[in-house]
Amino acid sequence: MAKITRIIEDVTVRFAGDSGDGMQLTGSQFTDTTAIVGNDLSTLPDFPAEIRAPAGSLFGVSGFQLHFSSKDIQTPGDTPDVLVAMNPAALKVNLKDLKPNATIIINSSAFDAKNLKLANYETNPLEDGTLAGYNVIAVPLTQLTMAALEDINLSTKEKERCKNFFALGLMYWMFNRPLDVTIKWIETKFKSRPELVEANKRALQAGYNYGDTTEIFTTRYEVKAAELPKGIYRNISGNEATALGFITASLRSGLKLFLGSYPITPASEILQELSKYKEYDVITFQAEDEISGISAAIGAAFAGALAITTTSGPGFSLKTEALGLAVMTELPLVVVDVQRSGPSTGMPTKTEQADLLQAMFGRHGEAPVVILAAQSPADCFYMAIEASKIAIEYMTPVILLTDGYLAFGSEPLRIPQFDELPEINVKFRTEPEGFYPYLRDENLVRPWAIPGTPGLEHRIGGLEKSNIYGSVSYDPENHEEMVKIRKQKVDNVQKIIPDLQVEGEQEGELLVLGWGSTYGAIKEAIYNVRQKGFTVSQAHLRYINPFPRNLGDVLNRFKKVLIPELNLGHLAFLIKGKYLKDVIQLNKVQGRPFKVSEIENKIMEVLGGKNGN
Amino acid sequence: METKIDEVKPQVKYTAKDFIPDVEVRWCPGCGDYSILAQTQRVSPDFGELKENIVWVSGIGCSSRFPYYMATYGFHGIHGRAAAIATGIKLANPKLQVWIATGDGDMLSIGGNHFIHACRKNVNLKIVLFNNKIYGLTKGQYSPTSEKGKVTKSSPYGTVEFPFNAIKLADAAGATFIARTTDRETKHMQEILLRAAKHNGLAFIEIYQNCVIFNDGAFSNLTDKETKADNILLLEHNKPLVFGANRDKGIKLDGLNPVVINLNDGIHSINDCWVHDEFDDNPTRGFILSRFTDIPGMPTPIGVFRQFNKPTFDGDYVNQIEEVKAKKGKGTYEKLMFSGNLWEVN
Repeated sequence: MAKITRIIEDVTVRFAGDSGDGMQLTGSQFTDTTAIVGNDLSTLPDFPAEIRAPAGSLFGVSGFQLHFSSKDIQTPGDTPDVLVAMNPAALKVNLKDLKPNATIIINSSAFDAKNLKLANYETNPLEDGTLAGYNVIAVPLTQLTMAALEDINLSTKEKERCKNFFALGLMYWMFNRPLDVTIKWIETKFKSRPELVEANKRALQAGYNYGDTTEIFTTRYEVKAAELPKGIYRNISGNEATALGFITASLRSGLKLFLGSYPITPASEILQELSKYKEYDVITFQAEDEISGISAAIGAAFAGALAITTTSGPGFSLKTEALGLAVMTELPLVVVDVQRSGPSTGMPTKTEQADLLQAMFGRHGEAPVVILAAQSPADCFYMAIEASKIAIEYMTPVILLTDGYLAFGSEPLRIPQFDELPEINVKFRTEPEGFYPYLRDENLVRPWAIPGTPGLEHRIGGLEKSNIYGSVSYDPENHEEMVKIRKQKVDNVQKIIPDLQVEGEQEGELLVLGWGSTYGAIKEAIYNVRQKGFTVSQAHLRYINPFPRNLGDVLNRFKKVLIPELNLGHLAFLIKGKYLKDVIQLNKVQGRPFKVSEIENKIMEVLGGKNGN
Repeated sequence: METKIDEVKPQVKYTAKDFIPDVEVRWCPGCGDYSILAQTQRVSPDFGELKENIVWVSGIGCSSRFPYYMATYGFHGIHGRAAAIATGIKLANPKLQVWIATGDGDMLSIGGNHFIHACRKNVNLKIVLFNNKIYGLTKGQYSPTSEKGKVTKSSPYGTVEFPFNAIKLADAAGATFIARTTDRETKHMQEILLRAAKHNGLAFIEIYQNCVIFNDGAFSNLTDKETKADNILLLEHNKPLVFGANRDKGIKLDGLNPVVINLNDGIHSINDCWVHDEFDDNPTRGFILSRFTDIPGMPTPIGVFRQFNKPTFDGDYVNQIEEVKAKKGKGTYEKLMFSGNLWEVN
């Protein structure tokens, strides 16, 4: 039977199953292959905090969403076109998110009485009309996988676990993708167990062949390569990009990279990733606790390393006292906070932007630090370099805010050449003549004099120091002077940060101002609104303390400013406080990123137009 | 594997004066800290390190002002975190000789976690614990080494807590050089400091230090002329455990129980005494020795309880980096970024 290939521009696929079904793996394999064929893409893994939640349960459903396109895209997509549901619970949890006529590929082998009950289905949704209007393709994935692997010497359980590769093969057929990237991955991953290599490869191929030969599949789709800027690309997640950004900063500065860190979701991958790179002289100190992680990093900074510490909300809170020490001793230090839903343990695997005010104010005393925020997974690479540069050149702690959405999400990174990247100037003091620990340069930056340098032996610490000389001082006027110097030094960073760029009209009715990971959703929303003929502009903050020089000016050029944030209004608070500018807020705190439509609707409401739909 | 660093020791002649900075020392008159500072400055020239390679790190408390009074590199940290800060310094530059000055509150209470983990990893650090069994800087609350029942400002009816035994804790946690001295035994303290400096691994020294304001006389039985000889037991390698004004008392091991014997009773002789072995691989005897201070009637040992060699954390870390470099070659930006699944857009 002839099969039709349809060329389409843009697809959103979601894989969903038990947290033990390998959905994250399936999704990331599909992503890698999609990247290689040259689509633009954006991913959103979504999984429970439980490692292996009870099989078949609703709360144990793990999902991986991938949006890929032949045009430039910014988000993982609001509503999937295709859902792969490995069991009834996965169907139930995800059905409400789908496009009205979406395609649902269902593992019908898993739709037995037990699983239906676990998913709270009273009747079988495959038979009771629940799925009317959807393009449902029921495939007994488990059964077909077992049959394909019949003669392989593996336990039933091990064979069954290969079913995600069958599903992946089927999706490769459906979207006209090559199998070789995944085959290579299987061969490397299971090198020590040839029978698993054979089983997974065979499951993958069987899934592909099933699509090719069965009559239930009549159409396959093709998404052409996107027209991205010239260059060499790799797909990269936010955490991976953060890690590689710091190693690059180490190479750029010539300093040894030192990470002090304690494992915490969703930041642990940065520690894991960096621990691989010993040949780059990277030192990863897995500390006994969060406080030790930052304290060791402060020690390493004193000793002359590019020192960083990585964490998420609860750990960030624990580090605040030590962060004050880094402010007082004026040492270079980067703290990465991969934000997650809080307070307390909150929802560890879910995203949020609610640590901004803690980053800004969460210390005792007057303790200003530089705050940066990455706006996309690939941007984490650049912001890690930028954070390192500012920390070193201004002898100050820098907080880099990312979040769970950026950390786990991925997109293509055009790999820059080494010399395209910013220079990082390290000036170790070696001259004893005229040396004092708190001498100031034109930017109020003190010298970095590291142990091992003859003639510069000096003592610093948490007690207030006399300016220039660095001796312990309780002098009232000196304290006030030092407080102001530390503030001014951080403000001086404004000199090297870029002006805020406005996309769209430079003045007018409405500016949508965002920060951090909301960039993509805001950009797509604005694109959609402009397509409808409305006028709206976008500006996005990657530098939050200090703000870019021209921010006040930009705000004043617009009648209305809308600030969408995944919190109850942290940036809005800062903008109102600093610029006395009234702003309109759009806030969401559900542990999920914005949907494009949510921002789009709000813009339409503010513009007084009809609802965005 | 033994660490390869620290092999070349410099031959620069310093005097104690080279380690005295131009600052006013601000401890209370008569404080035991003065003696610790003086002994340290006296023996620092013999530490075998260039002055610029020595770093003193501290937390918070009276003892933690120590780095300001040493003319080396110094870092006065925050409460309890000295061991973590020092570990970062040592890992970032293993050539440095890193010392910690700390107190019983700083290291055993708020910093307890960092302390046991530094010991466990055998980080090549020298920890000098000034134990005065009281919180001095906050003006007189009980500390984790205060004896049970101690009346202090925060325990007007006496504490209901058992104290930590610092020597036992350090040994159990994995320190590889464990010693005790007192602020009054100046020569002994100098010898112990010197030996700690030469030890490759985590050296822990507990110094009994008198707080003249809030816990004066806490160690008087070890320092007063009349009582000292009967209460201090000097540990010396390969020598029998003998003490007393007339050196007429010995320690005998009865099974696992230490007992005091009278060497002049006609029954016992010096040959019955336990002979101290600092380098004993088996921790059992060291543990028994550490418990002397918990057993009524036993003298307080000073000296080296145990010293043994074990790979250091920082040494092994450096070795691992070198091994990976030898295998993979030094990293470059191209290898870092242009790897994995790449694709080109033309």
